[in-house]
Amino acid sequence: MRSRAEPQTVRGVPSTNPVHMNSALTISDPATPGKGRMPVHSLAVRIFHWLNAVAIVTMIMSGWRIYNASPLFAFRFPREVTLGGWLGGALQWHFAAMWLLAVNLAVYLIIGLARGHFRRAFFPVSPGSILRDAGKALRGRLPHETGRYNAVQKAAYLGVLAAIVVTILSGLAVWKPVQLQELAALMGGYEGARLVHFAGMTAISAFIVVHLALVLLVPSTLLPMILGWARKPAEQTGVEGHVP
Amino acid sequence: MSLKLSERGIILPGKSLKLPGLGRRSFLKQSLTLGALSLLTGCDASDESAVDRMLWAMSRWNDKVQAAIFDGDKPAPTYAESDITDPFPFNAYYSESRAPAVAEEGFALELGGLIANKESWTLERLRALPQTSQITRHICVEGWSAIGKWGGVPFGDFLRQVGADTTARYVGFKCADDYYSSVDMATALHPQTILALTFRDQALPRKYGFPMKLRVPTKLGFKNPKHIMAMYVTNDYPGGYWEDQGYNWFSGS
Repeated sequence: MRSRAEPQTVRGVPSTNPVHMNSALTISDPATPGKGRMPVHSLAVRIFHWLNAVAIVTMIMSGWRIYNASPLFAFRFPREVTLGGWLGGALQWHFAAMWLLAVNLAVYLIIGLARGHFRRAFFPVSPGSILRDAGKALRGRLPHETGRYNAVQKAAYLGVLAAIVVTILSGLAVWKPVQLQELAALMGGYEGARLVHFAGMTAISAFIVVHLALVLLVPSTLLPMILGWARKPAEQTGVEGHVP
Repeated sequence: MSLKLSERGIILPGKSLKLPGLGRRSFLKQSLTLGALSLLTGCDASDESAVDRMLWAMSRWNDKVQAAIFDGDKPAPTYAESDITDPFPFNAYYSESRAPAVAEEGFALELGGLIANKESWTLERLRALPQTSQITRHICVEGWSAIGKWGGVPFGDFLRQVGADTTARYVGFKCADDYYSSVDMATALHPQTILALTFRDQALPRKYGFPMKLRVPTKLGFKNPKHIMAMYVTNDYPGGYWEDQGYNWFSGS
């Protein structure tokens, strides 16, 4: 188990910890921590996160309604969890929310790459470290460390970002199988792109289930994604021993 | 990116087809209007909600984006005879037994709008024009797809033959089943857009749209009207049976 005494960020001073997340996105951060507070998520990360949450949920719920019009598999999604009311309404939601999803993601990727957010927050990560941390998590021996990701978290966030990108690309192929036929061909054509699109949605949905379950397990992670800061580790009690 | 799109959005591919009244400024103006929609509640006499208006505005925006990325020379993928879906699915807003039975005797395609020679066309005369055929994928708005073989008159050739104003914005269709739809001129002039008279080398059967359907492999299935009785060229947005209920108008593939 990691020591609690491991260096944490002092306000405004970059941590010696190279993967500290907040130092990465430095767009004016109003989450000025007071006494006993430490910055966790920058304003840019929080804006991206919540806009992305709205876009993804809208895309999935409207997408389920579109799926129901011509199911790929032997089931339909319950009407109650779909958006749009009918196919035409669902398509309108899907093709409106796609702009929010794509523009928000593009801004996040550009800023995140330019400012080194990804490098600091998600790297280094290796298969060995993922397996090691996953093993710890399964034994309930992986502490949640506010302000830095363990290897399983890094893999999960990089994975869901990749899944979103794949789902957007396959969605483009389904939307434009003639104009973007070269892209569609990479996925086995129009029908192949439908399957890739469904698989991408499934991966994102699985991430959301685990993501929400972990927030329920470690509720102290929720407020920092809204306010930007968390209480300093000295005041964090009872978080160790939880899965990430 | 958006600037480039807006620049391109006003020009449809091929033959200097500038859309009148769709300059970059109005394009940007409409984008701004989109953002300002929430401030305009109450200005519309209809009882549509602000959310509905936002969704419709986004759909009109998507029309423009699709027109901008549409390549009038890019062919849809074609397939082999052995790929043809058999049986090819029937699809309409009614059941197959209610498909209209149009008699060839006495039928003539009516022309209207911005067309120089509005003389109507019997099937016999249409069959006498140079024919083409294609094996392409029909993609339904619902998601399923099926491969079929259609033959008939290249629609662009037909439009030029009758002296249609190919700088106009739309071609509209009226059908025997009270269906109606319309396509943009760039799509109408696409080399694979055909006035289909046959399916699998046989006269188009009733269930697939006798006497003729517009086969548009660069658009979703519902943009391929069947049982066409009349067509017209216009600059006034003609809408369509499904389009007026909420399906995206351009619906390009």
